[in-house]
Amino acid sequence: MLKESTPDITPEEVEHIAHLSRIEISEEDKIQFAGELGRIIHYINKLSEVDTTGVDPTFRTAPIFNVFREDTPRESFPAEEILANAPEKEEGCFRMPRIIGG
Amino acid sequence: MSLLELTAYEAGEKLKSREISSKELTGAYLDRIEQIDGTIRAYLKVLPEKAMEMAEAADKKLASGENITPLTGIPIALKDLICTKGITTTCGSAMLAGFVPPYNATVYENLESAGAVLLGKTNMDEFAMGSSTENSAFFPTTNPWDTTRVPGGSSGGSAAVIAAKEALLSLGSDTGGSIRQPAAFCGITGLKPTYGSVSRYGLIAFASSLDQIGPMARDAKDTALIFDIISGHDPKDSTSVSYEKPVYGEIVKNPQIKGLKIGYPVNFFGEGLDPGINECLQNAKATLESLGAEFVEVELSTIGYALPAYYIIAPSEASSNLARYDGSRYGLRVEGCSDIVEMYKKSRRKGFGKEVIRRIMTGTYALSSGYYDAYYLKAQKVRTLIKQDFEKAFEKCDVIFTPTTPAPAFKIGEKTDDPISMYLSDIYTVSVNLAGLPGISAPCGFPDNLPAGMQLIGKAFDEATLLKTAAAYQTVTDFHKKMPK
Repeated sequence: MLKESTPDITPEEVEHIAHLSRIEISEEDKIQFAGELGRIIHYINKLSEVDTTGVDPTFRTAPIFNVFREDTPRESFPAEEILANAPEKEEGCFRMPRIIGG
Repeated sequence: MSLLELTAYEAGEKLKSREISSKELTGAYLDRIEQIDGTIRAYLKVLPEKAMEMAEAADKKLASGENITPLTGIPIALKDLICTKGITTTCGSAMLAGFVPPYNATVYENLESAGAVLLGKTNMDEFAMGSSTENSAFFPTTNPWDTTRVPGGSSGGSAAVIAAKEALLSLGSDTGGSIRQPAAFCGITGLKPTYGSVSRYGLIAFASSLDQIGPMARDAKDTALIFDIISGHDPKDSTSVSYEKPVYGEIVKNPQIKGLKIGYPVNFFGEGLDPGINECLQNAKATLESLGAEFVEVELSTIGYALPAYYIIAPSEASSNLARYDGSRYGLRVEGCSDIVEMYKKSRRKGFGKEVIRRIMTGTYALSSGYYDAYYLKAQKVRTLIKQDFEKAFEKCDVIFTPTTPAPAFKIGEKTDDPISMYLSDIYTVSVNLAGLPGISAPCGFPDNLPAGMQLIGKAFDEATLLKTAAAYQTVTDFHKKMPK
């Protein structure tokens, strides 16, 4: 069973993780997520009980390693079809807000 | 007999003999959807005109007798994370509310060329993150057996359409139990195939080393028919595997399991398992024994660590996969931002629901500087131990028998405030994804008038034995024939 525990995560850490995740969060969110993430992290910490000395990690289960094909030109999607879902576009390009400088 | 009573196999026979037409059959399903989906709310989008056009084309094929498959003219539904060209594909998220894919998923291409008829796209937990379909950004789906309860998730819509006779076959996806758990909750049959056996091209990604598309149907026989069409190597998915494929539809025709060795992991049947479900499973065990199968005890001691390992690996992969939803090229964008980072942050906060944000943040935390070894790498090592546990068990048996879920379908709203108690409903299913194995859930009883599911886990690429075992069980039981009112 899961034990009640104090959150391992502070609202400041939540703010940092949210920034890395590129997600805006409010003050209210910070407190809520600190509690929830704390409980989740407490739960996944259960893995520290397992002795994994000398065990190799499994990143994938399918019996495939590298998949190669001939580098031959083929038809791709028409640009207008790909741009059809763009929130904003201009002259065949995606239009974005300012990236550098003020 | 009403057209809706026919299984896909039976309907296929009648279509071939031209006793019924696909237009009649499709019409009957569209009427049923019209009549009941206001209550079940399993569909995010119904496609009446397209379905009737596809039915007409199928009838022409059936009349000409050319290019006929067992699915020609059969009405199906797809979970709304399988891309359909020109048809909105939302992944249950506000982020993709208006997204129209420019291409088809390979599984849909295969179904279309097999002559199947697409009725619509089904509801799901946002980005397949959830176990109840309550995390859909649009509305929750109800369980056809009791509309105050959840259908399970994340493929809740694809399970409910089968139980409520709103489609003959459907596809779901399973990352930690998302086909098998809703199949159990809705009293239907659901197969999570071996990782690599079904193309993921055009499947909106959640956790790429675990995700797998699979079929949901009324019984194992129908499941085999659609698995025949969707399985096999696809050059467009570099993780799809080329393997020797039997004809699954033939394997389930006269299923014999005499001498089959079935592994029984004793620790799966202890604390935490609902007594009513356990009773159904013990009866199922006796039934399988009466068919000539032999049960042997096996040990899967790492089961207790599968869920925490999953809740590191899946969110880590998700935090990377979902980075693409940034308001730039498609999906929701919050306008009026002064710079690009503000646009990313505002668009992602507005486009994603709470559970998706929790998982992205959990994954980001697990992968962040200083934590990688303790969480992500550790979880991948535990994954190796889980895989080895199965390998050892399969030295003694052909399939493994377990519950699908610890309890029957829960009430809507019961677990929404407690993410971890929601996560626990996948306790018996996640280890199968971590090991990349196939698993099937089939109905095995009705404690308190709600469906219970048994799970059979197989060796990699041995779906044939799973389908055969479930089909043999279904020749002597009728739980799969029970339908809600």
